[in-house]
Amino acid sequence: MSTEIYLNSKIIGSVDNATDFIDRFKEDRRKGKVSTDINIQYKEKENGIYLYSSKGRVARPLIVVKDGKSLITQKHIEQLEKKEIGFSDLILQGAIEYLDAGEEENALVAFTEDVLTKEHTHLEISPLGITGLVTSLVPFGNYNAPTRLNAGSKNQKQAIGFYASNYPVRIDMDVSMLHYPQIPLVQTLTNPISEYEKHPSGQNVVLAILSFDGYNMEDAIIVNKGTIDRGLARSSYYRLESVSELRYQGGLTDEISIPDKEVRGYRTEEDYRFLEEDGIISPESKVDEGDVIIGRTSPPRFLSSMDELNLGQTQRRESSSVVMHGEGGTVDFVLITENEEGNKLVQVRLRDQKIPEIGDKFTSRHGQKGVIGMIVPSEDMPFTASGITPDILFNPHGIPSRMTVSHLIELVGGKTAALSGRYIDGTTFNSEKEDDLRKELSSLGFRENGTETFYNGRTGEMFNAKIFVGNMYYLKLKHMVSNKMHSRARGPIQLLTRQPTEGRAKEGGLRLGEMEKDTFIAHGASLLLKDRFDADKTIVPICENCGQIAVHDEYKNRDFCPMCEDSTVSNVEMAYAFKLFLDEMKSMGVLPKLELKDKY
Amino acid sequence: MTSELIKKYENLLPKKIIGEAMELIPKGAKKADVEKIMKILVDEYNYALVDPGECVGLIAAESLGEPSTQMTLNTFHLAGVAEMNVTMGLPRIIEILDGRKTISTPMMEIYIKEEFRNEKKVRGIAEQIKERTLKEIISDISINLAEIQLEISLNEKKMKQFNVERTVVLKNIEKAVKTYEVKEKGEVIILKPKSKDEDLNILYLLREKLKNLYVTGIKGLKQVLPVKRDEEYLIITAGTNLKEVLSRDFTDTTRTVSNDSFEIADVLGIEAARQAIINEIYKVIEGQGLNIDIRHVMLVSDTMCTSGQIRGITRFGVVSEKPSVLARASFETPIKHIVNASLINERDELNSVIENVMLNQPVPTGTGLPKLGIKLD
Repeated sequence: MSTEIYLNSKIIGSVDNATDFIDRFKEDRRKGKVSTDINIQYKEKENGIYLYSSKGRVARPLIVVKDGKSLITQKHIEQLEKKEIGFSDLILQGAIEYLDAGEEENALVAFTEDVLTKEHTHLEISPLGITGLVTSLVPFGNYNAPTRLNAGSKNQKQAIGFYASNYPVRIDMDVSMLHYPQIPLVQTLTNPISEYEKHPSGQNVVLAILSFDGYNMEDAIIVNKGTIDRGLARSSYYRLESVSELRYQGGLTDEISIPDKEVRGYRTEEDYRFLEEDGIISPESKVDEGDVIIGRTSPPRFLSSMDELNLGQTQRRESSSVVMHGEGGTVDFVLITENEEGNKLVQVRLRDQKIPEIGDKFTSRHGQKGVIGMIVPSEDMPFTASGITPDILFNPHGIPSRMTVSHLIELVGGKTAALSGRYIDGTTFNSEKEDDLRKELSSLGFRENGTETFYNGRTGEMFNAKIFVGNMYYLKLKHMVSNKMHSRARGPIQLLTRQPTEGRAKEGGLRLGEMEKDTFIAHGASLLLKDRFDADKTIVPICENCGQIAVHDEYKNRDFCPMCEDSTVSNVEMAYAFKLFLDEMKSMGVLPKLELKDKY
Repeated sequence: MTSELIKKYENLLPKKIIGEAMELIPKGAKKADVEKIMKILVDEYNYALVDPGECVGLIAAESLGEPSTQMTLNTFHLAGVAEMNVTMGLPRIIEILDGRKTISTPMMEIYIKEEFRNEKKVRGIAEQIKERTLKEIISDISINLAEIQLEISLNEKKMKQFNVERTVVLKNIEKAVKTYEVKEKGEVIILKPKSKDEDLNILYLLREKLKNLYVTGIKGLKQVLPVKRDEEYLIITAGTNLKEVLSRDFTDTTRTVSNDSFEIADVLGIEAARQAIINEIYKVIEGQGLNIDIRHVMLVSDTMCTSGQIRGITRFGVVSEKPSVLARASFETPIKHIVNASLINERDELNSVIENVMLNQPVPTGTGLPKLGIKLD
């Protein structure tokens, strides 16, 4: 029976001996006669050979195995070490080939070299290959549940570090730079591969697994005040203010300058105090909310024929860039350039030093994230017999349910590294053995399980239990309270509904939603509920005759109904949203009427 | 003597509590003691009563709503129960409260009278009441392409097992197909179209239809399952037919139930349906290991049944009967309600809660309920 051959799902011919064909094809590909990007798959059920050369397939490199022996020999390794050959040479030699998902179905891949048998067709280059780049940065990852590895890599992506060395000349929005980044004591193979030492994103701390006054409940951590004062996890936060001179029809343009006092919407003189003559703030000025960064005026929004006749000069609008509510910092960098349309563009970078505070988020590399719950003066921190106060106290309840064994091993490894003065290899599947680390720790004069005698920092009493303490790589995450904290008593309202605005950026209110409203009713707190919803209350004059909204004449100080002559008009208090609702009903052709009744 | 003393409190306490007091207070108790007990009873009873102006409906809604948000997460863990697949959890609660006419898994629990209550008899009954269709008692049903007719040959063995008479089957077939001539030719039943121009396609459809023709048993009971519960044999069925089941002589009519509240309302009346709704909702809540006071459920069930027929808590059900336009408009499809209200010049008295929230006026519950009156002379 002949086997059909498909190239990119299109039939191109048939062959009598399928295995022979496939073997020959693979042989040719390894010799370089066929492109190494083409993959071949045999589907037994359909008795068809499928060739794929299309783009978009995911393929991964594997070492070719022949007769139970890896094609990468000791000679290759030596040549690689001497840099005589590179990875691409191995592909050219047919020692390494890329398999796509389809061809992988026909392959038997050995995880490590020592399990190779005659049946195997390929060998993993490294067992680390089953994880991704960031996940492989988790030390001792093979001791963890996969979900934790995922959590660990997700957290690492949010870490603040040294993301680019040309940061002083970059214009990035919403980024942070860690002040004193360090290389982890416990590393993985990926650290050198990814040149981690050039852009590290954490710091090595002394971590004790210990609770303290309950301030590290629910994943919180306690940080030593002394450590923070010495610069732990300090970072700079950069924000951008960007303003351009837009052109409008009729030859009118924006103007970047210090606005005149005649300009509509002029702020106080004080608000413009940082601006230089060109209307742009000077570097290193310390700004606070409400201060103008870039002064700008725009032409009036609507040009009516009246304005053109009138006065000759129309009033310009103030449209400066102002430091937003709750923001602040130092002007770091000013850039004056042009945008795509050729208009003048001014970008000002603000810098703000962020010192760790209660509520800032931290994580280890094992998905053990948490928020600072308390900052303790270093004299109150528990200390070891040798007088070391830990930098961070981590709650022991975070360990059992999550089963992050790697977290514990890193602690032992980190301690060994710190004492022996060498980096520890924690590569997933290829790490240094836990037993060896314990032995080394013991030879360095410490208890082999990493525990130490601790003393209460306030009373000096010894703790009965031995406390697990060691060195660990900790990462500061980009979620900082100072960027999120928000409260409001009174503030801006929306134009349409006269209800408070929404969101931190607009200094909005915290909504008392429908379900919260229900709880007020359930408690019978009727008048309190009314008070809470009084944010948009208005007094509306209502005609008692027709039930329509009447008119208040401010000049004559009287109310009248435009439809009824000599009718009584009463002032009624209601939610502005309801008045709006009445108007909306009218707009859909329904006429609502209010029947007024004496309240008493 | 004691009972007379207790009887004095008949106006102050409900009958059930009076009855319990009668039972529990010893006959020879001292007069002072009895009065003391009764006084405490009255106080406790009054304390337990809901205060006027308490938002019982809203509290019931919150009490049911809060745990049901948690149930959405639990629903999938119960999937794949053996034997019978029953809708449980949130979908079931939604189904009951919406007042759906056709529920997704109709079920019955048939209790058996004592004289029939042993394993063998219960099994027999179960076999007997299960709905049998034509396909279960035939050996073959085929289309004769030459003659353009259907030929059905019955399986005598199966017929004997299910206790079906040949004549009954014939009658049923005749009733189902009026436009066909039903003849017997030896063992085979032949169906020939009366009009000449019937095409084969219709014959195919007829064959499929006839396969599901009801023959014997109780209509609607698609599956039967005799089970032993607390040393008692009963039959659980998939599919319901309360009316038929209750008319059989072996049924314990006092305990046999269906989970279809509409069926119960038809057969037993609205009061029974009210109780059925309470039971069904409570069964789900208990099944999820939650604890909701039954009085919340009772209130919901009362609301659904007060009109004399079951109305779901939807915009077509109880909500559509609210007197206030604004209240109806605040719950789904507002434009429809406003337009319809404008057509008939509807008036909103602003008597209830939600309208007053919309106007930002004090709602007439709790602190908003009492009014100050001034006597003018």
